[in-house]
Amino acid sequence: MKLLSLSQATLSTKLLNFSIFAQLNLMSMDFLIANEVEKKYGSFVALDKLNLNVPQNSIFGLLGPNGAGKTTFIRIVNQITAPDSGGILIDGKKLSQIHINEIGYLPEERGLYKKMKVGEQALYLSRLKGLSRNDAYKQLKYWFEKFEIAAWWDKKVEELSKGMQQKIQFIITVLHKPKLLIFDEPFSGFDPINTNQLKQEILKLRYEGATILFSTHNMSSVEEICDYIALINRAKKVLDGNINEIRNRYASGIYEFTYKGYFHKLAATLTPSYEILETSEVDGISNIKIRLLDKSISENELIQRMLEYGSVQSFSLVKPSMNDIFIRVVGESQKSDNI
Amino acid sequence: MSKIGLIIQREYSTRVKKKSFIIMTILGPILFAAIMIAPALLAQLEDDELKTVAVIDDSYAFAPVVGEDGKVFHQVLKDTKYIKFDYLIGYDLDSAKKQLNGSKYYALLYIPHNIVNVGTGNAQLFSYQQPNMALKMHIANCMEKHLEDIKLHKKGEELGISQQSIQEIIRVVNSNVEILTYKMEEDGKETKSSTEISMVLGYIAGFLIYMFVFMYGSQVMRGVIEEKTSRIIEVIVSSVKPFQLMMGKIIGVALVGLTQFMLWVVLTFGLVTVAQAILVDDVKMSQMASPAGDITGNTLTSSDQITDEKAEEFVEVFSSIKTINFPLIIGMFLFYFLGGYLLYAAMFAAIGAAVDNETDTQQFMLPITGPLVLSIIIMVSAISNPNGSLAYWFSLIPFTSPIIMMVRLPFEVPIQDVIISMSLLVVTFIFMVWLAAKIYRTGILMYGKKVSYRELWKWLRHKS
Repeated sequence: MKLLSLSQATLSTKLLNFSIFAQLNLMSMDFLIANEVEKKYGSFVALDKLNLNVPQNSIFGLLGPNGAGKTTFIRIVNQITAPDSGGILIDGKKLSQIHINEIGYLPEERGLYKKMKVGEQALYLSRLKGLSRNDAYKQLKYWFEKFEIAAWWDKKVEELSKGMQQKIQFIITVLHKPKLLIFDEPFSGFDPINTNQLKQEILKLRYEGATILFSTHNMSSVEEICDYIALINRAKKVLDGNINEIRNRYASGIYEFTYKGYFHKLAATLTPSYEILETSEVDGISNIKIRLLDKSISENELIQRMLEYGSVQSFSLVKPSMNDIFIRVVGESQKSDNI
Repeated sequence: MSKIGLIIQREYSTRVKKKSFIIMTILGPILFAAIMIAPALLAQLEDDELKTVAVIDDSYAFAPVVGEDGKVFHQVLKDTKYIKFDYLIGYDLDSAKKQLNGSKYYALLYIPHNIVNVGTGNAQLFSYQQPNMALKMHIANCMEKHLEDIKLHKKGEELGISQQSIQEIIRVVNSNVEILTYKMEEDGKETKSSTEISMVLGYIAGFLIYMFVFMYGSQVMRGVIEEKTSRIIEVIVSSVKPFQLMMGKIIGVALVGLTQFMLWVVLTFGLVTVAQAILVDDVKMSQMASPAGDITGNTLTSSDQITDEKAEEFVEVFSSIKTINFPLIIGMFLFYFLGGYLLYAAMFAAIGAAVDNETDTQQFMLPITGPLVLSIIIMVSAISNPNGSLAYWFSLIPFTSPIIMMVRLPFEVPIQDVIISMSLLVVTFIFMVWLAAKIYRTGILMYGKKVSYRELWKWLRHKS
């Protein structure tokens, strides 16, 4: 008995090691690769030679202003429309009919058959994604119980509120356990509680191995859940990469710190290489936000000078919000386009 | 199950479960059966109430013959199951008319004194309700017969011919001509045919196709619009190809139409057979019960016998219906129904995809309503001249052939005409489905844009 449990332990350690390696191995691979994808509608260019790499098992934010070409790209991945040129690889294979059942798509403009019953409709739509009636039924039971909406099964869709319908659509999208999930504005129409529940589910799906393509205008949710982003403007990609790396890249010498000491003396030594953005003082403790204009002053040097006149309670580099980056990058690309 | 199979299944099951479908399926056969048996039924229902008619006879020629014991020996105006005559003596017309209201009499019959001498003339019937045809016909028949008898009697006496001989002459000269039509075939076989039945059948078949194409074609269109406006379309086309969705819908709705047609045929035949059995039984019963078979026995006067005549006609219609090649007609009906439906349903689907809501469909409906309405107009002349050049050409043109060919078919059409017509229809609907799919594919994802014919032409030229 003891022997057995020991060998079980070693086995599970081995499995664990293996799965970590597998994970690492997969992490380095791109699940979806878009290669010079181009699409025109008459003379209007919807996508201009777009290149994208969506890493395996990541949440990838596809950002851009209205009409930038996000929906066109998503439709191409879903094979609703075909690109004029260029190609898409999914899991190393050229995009084809076999991928349809491996993709779950929640479009921005979404809806259900109003007169059809919820359960019947969910079964129908998941069977269209290749699930057998039995599997679809089992999966639906699981999700309906999880979301505590089993009572809706025999209701007509038109009897449900918009938020309720959205929940059902979310379930239908993920039901067939797709390897690639595409969410277009998934949180629109949800209250904060449901938004949070949905975020947790999306993170869980990623944890379970799905790669998620996430298109939205809601930048705070991008910061919260995305690992990578690509910003598209006027049919072209203007920015992409790891979200932390991008935010660091766009950080422009703004520091925030709580300080106990003589801030005015510190300020004097830094003159004129900084700009005070915000100060506030409560009980001798100051909250200060400054921007260093002189890029030659390093963080270490800054902290050293601080220590001369007091103590530092917290210190951080302020990363720009995705919202700021979005506005800045889109504005810049607009300007350069106009020239 | 394949994806297109799933779509067909959904389109079919959601539609046959609808209340409107169930109501239509039940009401249809009742309506058809009613049209077929109403005349016979009405003739019976009319007279189920005893009507007493007061008679004032200034000519004294129509008085009943009364025996010494006061019993009526022979009535000139014969009582029937539903009509009774009261021969009033000693009333003048004016005072009788005044007393009619509120009396037991349904009507007052006035026979003027000169009716026998003049030979023809008018009797007057006064009543507060419009008397029915059966009553009027019964009185007229009785009176005509009696006047004829009187005149024959007179003439017989003048010429010295015995009454027996006169009756004999009448019996001998009595003639009745009916035209029976026979259809000749190459191998010398002859079958009894009925032009009237063929006309009726052609008309019904043509009209049914017209109705089905419109009804089910617009269901396809509404279905497409529903998917567009509810925005479910994008989810579905990420799972299936637009062509699969369009064809699934068209085929699913076609199956609904076929189901309804089959149910109509079965239920109508069932209802008519039952009704026929009940009616014929009823007629036989009333024949035995009423003393209609009078002494002379060669005149049909009672209203029971009028019903009897109708029932006979009815039975005759049924026997000549049996001479028609129903398997062929039904088979061809199914072909032209499906062909015509597919042709137009594809157009309906394309229109549904091109617009955002049903009110915008008007501008595109002309290519559909035009040929269909034209077919109905041509159908009228095609029925009277089923092998004329108008009927010939329009039974070949695919947009009108489903209706016009169905009108021609009961009259026997040359086999090569049928083959040309059928193959043209098949080729055209394949072409139309292909064309419609192109418009459909672009249209379903297009919102908020007023589409024109010019725009549709652009969509047609898009590469896939």
